[in-house]
Amino acid sequence: MRHIVIIGNGISGVTAARHLRKQSDFKITIISGETEHFFSRTALMYVFMGHMRYENIKPYEDEFWEKNRIDLIFGWVEKVDASASELKLADGSIVKYDELIIATGSVPNKFGWKGQDLIGVQGLYSWQDLELLEENVKRTERAVIVGGGLIGVELAEMLKTRNIEVTFLVREGRFWGGILPKEEGQLISDHIQSNGVNIEFNTELEEVIDDGKGQVKAIKTKDGRIIQCELLGLTVGVHPNVSFLKDSEIKINKGVLVDHFLRTNISNVYAIGDCAEFYRHPTDRKNIEQVWYTGKMMGETVAQTISGNETAYQPGVWFNSAKFFEIEYQTYGWVWNKPKENETVFCWQQKGKDRMVKLVFDKNTNALLGINTFGIRLRHEVCNAWIENRTSIDTVIQNFGGANFDPEFFAPFEQELLDQYNQQFNKNLVLKMKKSGRIANLLSKILNS
Amino acid sequence: MKIIQRIGLFLFAIGFIAFIGSLFISSYTLTQETIINNAQSKAQATILTEVLAEVVNHNYTSKWAFVSAINNEIETLNTAYRENQEWDKVIYNQKELLFYFTKNSTVGPIKSKGTLWFLLTFGVGILGAVLTNLFSYIGHAGIKNNGIFFSKWKSRGWIGMILGGFLILFYILLYWFPMYIAEWALMLDPLSKSLSGNPASQWFLYGFLYTVAIITMGIRFIKKYRHNKYQVVRTISVMFFQTSFAFIIPDILARLNLPAYDLKNIFPLDYTLFFEWRLDEYLANGFIGYFMLFWSISLFLIGVPLITYFYGKRWYCSWVCGCGGLAETAGDEFRHLSDKSLKAWRLERFTIHTVLVFAIFMTVAVIYAYITGDNHFLGMDTYKIREWYGFAIGSVFAGVVGTGFYPILGNRAWCRFGCPLAAYLGLVQRFKSRFRITTNGGQCISCGNCSTYCEMGIDVKWYAQRGQNIVRSSCVGCGICSAVCPRGVLKLENGAEEGRFNDESIFTFGNDGVRLRDDL
Ligand SMILES: Cc1cc2nc3c(=O)[nH]c(=O)nc-3n(C[C@H](O)[C@H](O)[C@H](O)COP(=O)(O)OP(=O)(O)OC[C@H]3O[C@@H](n4cnc5c(N)ncnc54)[C@H](O)[C@@H]3O)c2cc1C
Ligand code: SF4
Repeated sequence: MRHIVIIGNGISGVTAARHLRKQSDFKITIISGETEHFFSRTALMYVFMGHMRYENIKPYEDEFWEKNRIDLIFGWVEKVDASASELKLADGSIVKYDELIIATGSVPNKFGWKGQDLIGVQGLYSWQDLELLEENVKRTERAVIVGGGLIGVELAEMLKTRNIEVTFLVREGRFWGGILPKEEGQLISDHIQSNGVNIEFNTELEEVIDDGKGQVKAIKTKDGRIIQCELLGLTVGVHPNVSFLKDSEIKINKGVLVDHFLRTNISNVYAIGDCAEFYRHPTDRKNIEQVWYTGKMMGETVAQTISGNETAYQPGVWFNSAKFFEIEYQTYGWVWNKPKENETVFCWQQKGKDRMVKLVFDKNTNALLGINTFGIRLRHEVCNAWIENRTSIDTVIQNFGGANFDPEFFAPFEQELLDQYNQQFNKNLVLKMKKSGRIANLLSKILNS
Repeated sequence: MKIIQRIGLFLFAIGFIAFIGSLFISSYTLTQETIINNAQSKAQATILTEVLAEVVNHNYTSKWAFVSAINNEIETLNTAYRENQEWDKVIYNQKELLFYFTKNSTVGPIKSKGTLWFLLTFGVGILGAVLTNLFSYIGHAGIKNNGIFFSKWKSRGWIGMILGGFLILFYILLYWFPMYIAEWALMLDPLSKSLSGNPASQWFLYGFLYTVAIITMGIRFIKKYRHNKYQVVRTISVMFFQTSFAFIIPDILARLNLPAYDLKNIFPLDYTLFFEWRLDEYLANGFIGYFMLFWSISLFLIGVPLITYFYGKRWYCSWVCGCGGLAETAGDEFRHLSDKSLKAWRLERFTIHTVLVFAIFMTVAVIYAYITGDNHFLGMDTYKIREWYGFAIGSVFAGVVGTGFYPILGNRAWCRFGCPLAAYLGLVQRFKSRFRITTNGGQCISCGNCSTYCEMGIDVKWYAQRGQNIVRSSCVGCGICSAVCPRGVLKLENGAEEGRFNDESIFTFGNDGVRLRDDL
């Protein structure tokens, strides 16, 4: 029987294993050193905040693996010998494979700051990082977080639940400036600040200051300011976790290099998820994709190929979502932080509320290109179809209710959106599709008036 | 804000201490008048007066001694009757007699200054609870689950255990030893009399506490989920149905000398509907009686399937029902304690359907007995069947386990494992309904919040992470999974039956690989 070995029990590796099991009768083994069972990395924050325990963030019950004949080895792979098709584990044992899938994820970035290895300086990626954080917060009254991205906000929210004073250093002039346009960045920055987090914009870390006992005491910014803190969170992005492959025949650059079939330079070795790097991405995306959904898709795809249905990785319309304290965010297609030449942007924001819809469309063809929403849930299928079919912005605006995925009785906003659009672009469109549910609509009108 | 909340908590504590204390500060003197007023018949009054001669007009400082003195005499009497096979003389209403004797023999401040004590216990307690709840969950509106798993009362810590113990003790006293909490009913006499015209029974006491719990904790729930209109509307609905249909309307019906039942209580949750005393009562009340019986049967036969077809089981379980109402309000902080394992799911399907079968079997037996006049059904005494059902299901399961175990098993143990109506609604929901929880494409990140906060123990994420809709008979449509989902993945919806069940597709929504391959 063919033996498929997967290194890494994150979403990518586990998805590959599950789909391989569905498609085939191969012997499947997952080797991972972080935790014995697969847990949801995206839910780490909820464990720290007391919303859930470790048991709750495991997507499958422990019996699942045996029932599905997926063998688990809890340990670290130290070496891959591709010519012999075998792995060497930290405990000295050897595992042979017919096909290998590398799904080892990422490790947090550190940019060589002075003092970056002091006690109390840490990133947030692994289960061990979370345990370390529990240790570190015991002596923390003030914390500094460097890097205004998604994990940084999550860390800020986590620390706030333990009544820790948080200062956020953001390199750009607004939050997540590399990704979010101005209005969105402003909305989120305001919201983060209203939750009691201090944000220092246009500020970068210079060095970490030792308290004399090997522990962080303060940090110094590039403009020479000293900020006292007992904890320094480094959330300045992640990079592929591939250092253990350095001496192997497998080609790596930043990540493990793969073609469109997720195959490396060695024909029976594949790489998926955060750790994979395309020679050239099959679409217009970056060559390394570090999100949950793409890891999942790569896992599904590679399982097809290995079980005989050669399938290229072909992600559809981009989508992603996040939550910043209380505000939910969804995005479909592309909304760049600075609009491109051919793009027109329409932005609706509800007065006094943290609700926003941003629509980007093509100046010439009027085709919808991207959507951002804050405080509003949209239907993935509908948004996907609009963008994929290059639906005209007028049609989208008129039928926006069809994409509304807010819970029942939530205040509809489609009319307001349309009115503003009409005014701004001098049109006379009328609403065609409202949020579904007649009784619910009536009641929400009464409730929200 | 914080300070008002503290004051509220302090007032609640005072009210609660006074409430408990009120059971220990009276003495008891039984009078002949009390015996005559509470005995079932003249004959019973005469014999009781005779055997209780020693107790009458004697002042007991201990409730225990008082109750056991009376109890002993009745027991002796009953033993003699049974030996002599004088079945018609046996005193069957012993528990009720003891309750009313104790209540009406109470001497001391609870009796003489009833209103003051009512205000000191219920009044101060409720005021405190309302203040605390109105001023909790301050800050931004949003999901407030911080620290739940660190909490000593919400997550099976010692406070939770004490609370559970207290609730269990309360149910045991209420069902089997109400005489020991008679003072609580005594304080409610004025209220009871103003509504129904009758003095407060232990059931009035229970109804009052139940309603108060739903309202005060409903306020808390609304505050907590104020950003979510679905939660707000549905909570106002359960508060309304409890206060009107379950609490006030039956009392008004009683005052009008009509059958005093909760008109939203549906068979077989309302398992006594076809008992002969109820049928007789309906039939003795002319048009209105017939109408009420017709109403109850139609709710069961037509209302349930029809409304469940359109909206799912939620229309009842988390919008109307009293058990559900208490679970959603007072029980909200315990919802994460429900067991999500496959094993629990298997057990649930077994127990809930067993109870449904038991309820139907009992009802068939009772109707058979009513029609034929023969109290033996398939060789079983129908009274024994009823007694067993009432004890095991009606009292132990629904009350002691269902509510007493909130801090241990979560807030819907009864609804999930025991309620025969839930089983019936669930069958309709599973097989013939427009209701489902829609999963939003490929947006799930398997975080587990939805499953954790599902009070019915449904492993919601199992479906969501596969891109499948959730169609489960147990789902009560509380909407909390959708509320706690940080990625906007879940939405409760009614829609065309087609496409309600969707199998896991080979690829996550948004992965176009397969589509492309098939095009080649
Ligand atoms: C706090 C946080 C929040 C996030 N939130 C989101 C979000 O909301 N949405 C989103 O799309 N993405 C989010 N992400 C990113 C997302 O979690 C990752 O993209 C995804 O988990 C990557 O999955 P993976 O399977 O490729 O790798 P991983 O999940 O990193 O799994 C790899 C596993 O392999 C193990 N491993 C590595 N090397 C070895 C070795 N040599 N031997 C044995 N085992 C090894 C690792 O220890 C790890 O357990 C978040 C990430 C973090 C850290
Ligand atoms: S809460 Fe939402 S994102 Fe989390 S597992 Fe459930 S459906 Fe998925």
